[in-house]
Amino acid sequence: MKYVDEYRGQAEAQRYARALSRITTRPWSVMEICGGQTHNLLKFGIDQLLPDELSLIHGPGCPVCVTPIETIDRAIAIAGRPSVTLASFGDMLRVPGSSTDLLRAKASGADVRIVYSPLDAVQLAVRTPDRHVVFFAVGFETTAPATAMAVSRARQLGLTNFSLLVAHVLVPPALEALLSAADNVIQGVLAAGHVCTVMGTWQYEPLAERHRVPIVVTGFEPVDLLQGLHMLVTQLEAGRSEVLNQYARSVTRDGNQPAQRRLTDVFDVCDRHWRGIGSIEKSGLRLRPELSEFDAEQRFDVAAIRAPEPAVCIAGEILRGAKKPPACSAFGTTCTPERPLGAPMVSSEGACAAYYRYRKGTRPTGSPPA
Amino acid sequence: MPNPPAKPSPTLVCPVPLPAGAAVQLGHGSGGRLSQQLLGDVFLSTFDDPELATLKDGAVLPIGSSRLALSTDSFVVHPLFFPGGDIGSLAVHGTVNDLCMCGARPIALSAGFILEEGLPLHTLKQVVASMQRAAVEAGVRVVTGDTKVVEHGKGDGLYINTAGVGVIPEEVQVAPNRARPGDRVLINGPIGEHGIAVLSVREGLAFESPIVSDCASLVDLVARMLAAGGEGVHVLRDPTRGGVATAVYELAASARVGVTLNERAIPVADAVHGACELLGLDPLYVANEGKVVAWVDPSRAEAVLEAMRAHPLGAQAAIIGEVTAGPPGEVYLRSSIGSLRVLDLLSGEQLPRIC
Amino acid sequence: MCLGVPGQVLAIDDANPDFPMGRVSFGGVVQEVCLAYTPDTQVGDYVIVHVGFAISRLDEAEAKQTLEYLEQIEALANEPSPPSSR
Repeated sequence: MKYVDEYRGQAEAQRYARALSRITTRPWSVMEICGGQTHNLLKFGIDQLLPDELSLIHGPGCPVCVTPIETIDRAIAIAGRPSVTLASFGDMLRVPGSSTDLLRAKASGADVRIVYSPLDAVQLAVRTPDRHVVFFAVGFETTAPATAMAVSRARQLGLTNFSLLVAHVLVPPALEALLSAADNVIQGVLAAGHVCTVMGTWQYEPLAERHRVPIVVTGFEPVDLLQGLHMLVTQLEAGRSEVLNQYARSVTRDGNQPAQRRLTDVFDVCDRHWRGIGSIEKSGLRLRPELSEFDAEQRFDVAAIRAPEPAVCIAGEILRGAKKPPACSAFGTTCTPERPLGAPMVSSEGACAAYYRYRKGTRPTGSPPA
Repeated sequence: MPNPPAKPSPTLVCPVPLPAGAAVQLGHGSGGRLSQQLLGDVFLSTFDDPELATLKDGAVLPIGSSRLALSTDSFVVHPLFFPGGDIGSLAVHGTVNDLCMCGARPIALSAGFILEEGLPLHTLKQVVASMQRAAVEAGVRVVTGDTKVVEHGKGDGLYINTAGVGVIPEEVQVAPNRARPGDRVLINGPIGEHGIAVLSVREGLAFESPIVSDCASLVDLVARMLAAGGEGVHVLRDPTRGGVATAVYELAASARVGVTLNERAIPVADAVHGACELLGLDPLYVANEGKVVAWVDPSRAEAVLEAMRAHPLGAQAAIIGEVTAGPPGEVYLRSSIGSLRVLDLLSGEQLPRIC
Repeated sequence: MCLGVPGQVLAIDDANPDFPMGRVSFGGVVQEVCLAYTPDTQVGDYVIVHVGFAISRLDEAEAKQTLEYLEQIEALANEPSPPSSR
């Protein structure tokens, strides 16, 4: 596939590994924000190619992982209502709520359907006028414009049987919270290429300056990640803290203007609770008041549903990068993909699931030395 | 069907969510770790049979001086018709292929039908006609069967079970315990076609795809492979649900050997690659219905490969890995960029993702 | 997050100007994609698609530059580059 295969070359990966080794002279801790980056780093075994001094911390860039338990509970409650169809991305189906998950709710008779796009949910509402379709809108800034367009479309079509449970979150406030934490060890950041495709890179400039931390926006293929790391370490070694763009084939400083305009038409910024991290100011999106007819939380009166986080699950520390999954006492024992305690074990890009699937805490024999 | 309104969840103190063992989940049917757990917890422990415990594609039963192979499979695919096949052809080829994997020459099938009230007779006739065509292609007879009807709403249209018997020629010895470190891992062609073909006609994931299910009878291909490789063909397995990764993982576990697969050597059609990228699926875990994975002694591997490539169902056959002395049951993949990573079972269904 | 996949635009349907749609091919698999956020897209362009929406048009020149970075850093390090692998 064009624009994919060229960035997966074996020779190039090995050359990048050597180049990184050459320039790394002391230990550095860097965080990749995005779960998609985490997954590919482990799936392609890129972490094995890195010099030992380079430590990767897996960040909270998994919208599935950071969706609060009570939001899952609300989605499950809504799915259980008569004549309601809950349409959701596949990622959300296995995430544990307080007592069950959407997949099990489906097994018990709730009408839960997987959709690939928010527009599919709108189409479903058009095709089934006797049912109310609720779209479970999760995701970062990459996904929010798609949700926004679905709302516009529903409005254009005059639909009365469509609403959304909105749980969108924003990256920069979360990054600010992490970098401001007293126990922060993150010295450099790989920022998420598709979030920045929508929002641009300019939001990260004040962060880099305020915290004196270099930030490189990267794509997701092996060459992108390795190149991004090279650009980051080059800055770290030189004491620089700029925002650089490795993914220039898709990302520009200003980002996607039409998408950003649609976001402000449809959403307001609000405070949001992040599972495992806590409440972060102005880190979420909610529907603007004039669009409240599309707000499922109001329509189905589920805002009162509340839930605490389980004590054993250290998802919070994982998401903040304070710990790696194998350090969790439950990892691989009481917490497995089949019986997850927290979202990072279930989500396809959660750090714990990625570790479990590709690592299990042991390095395979015969792996190439750095 | 209206659902009663759900009560809001009470605030719970216990941190452990509903344990997986309480009820059957969809994931139990996907061939991954949940399926394995169900097998162990419920079936193997209760039936307690040494032949069953070998968990081969079919059972091998000595009858007098011959060896009979017996296999069964149930088919619940939805939708009933998909590019390249239907539940009928699948029901025949699936069981026929399982018999082939034991090294058997398939002879006859039984066919049991569970029909949902309201299923159009025309649909049933189409499916059965398709089964007959597949049976002729595979050289087997459908000799006995059964039909039951369940109430509307209880059956998803149509479910089929087929069981098959075959005879294993005396000189053929194909079984997981014949695996040896150094064996080459061969496959007859590109992976993931059946799974993607079925997905392409499922509601909610609409995409046009040129991909057609690879559903086919492997009787003739396997016969050629055995003729070319003789005793050097140690193990055969058809990678159905759960894909090549799951089949190899299970084999490595039964055979108590390690395996390393080479990602670059594994044939994948562009369109399957594209569909998997789009949906966030890994082709190694996507179902096949016309593929055979063979573990062959290195001295015979080239000969078997040549025989496969000379056959229409093996034109893109390739050597995709090697059996190792590595930790028993551990399967590794050498990724496209040269690093080694663990290949594990999925826990349940592979779901399309956005992240 | 954010599975974004590059695909080639085969056809554009702008019957509804607020809601232009395109047929996009991913290695031969074709999907209907909303092009509202990439209004200057032409047939033949490559776009990054996330959940049924094009979020950017791929810049071919930048893509090439990205691939050339490796040669540049190796030259700087005076490391002899092996012959191109493509």
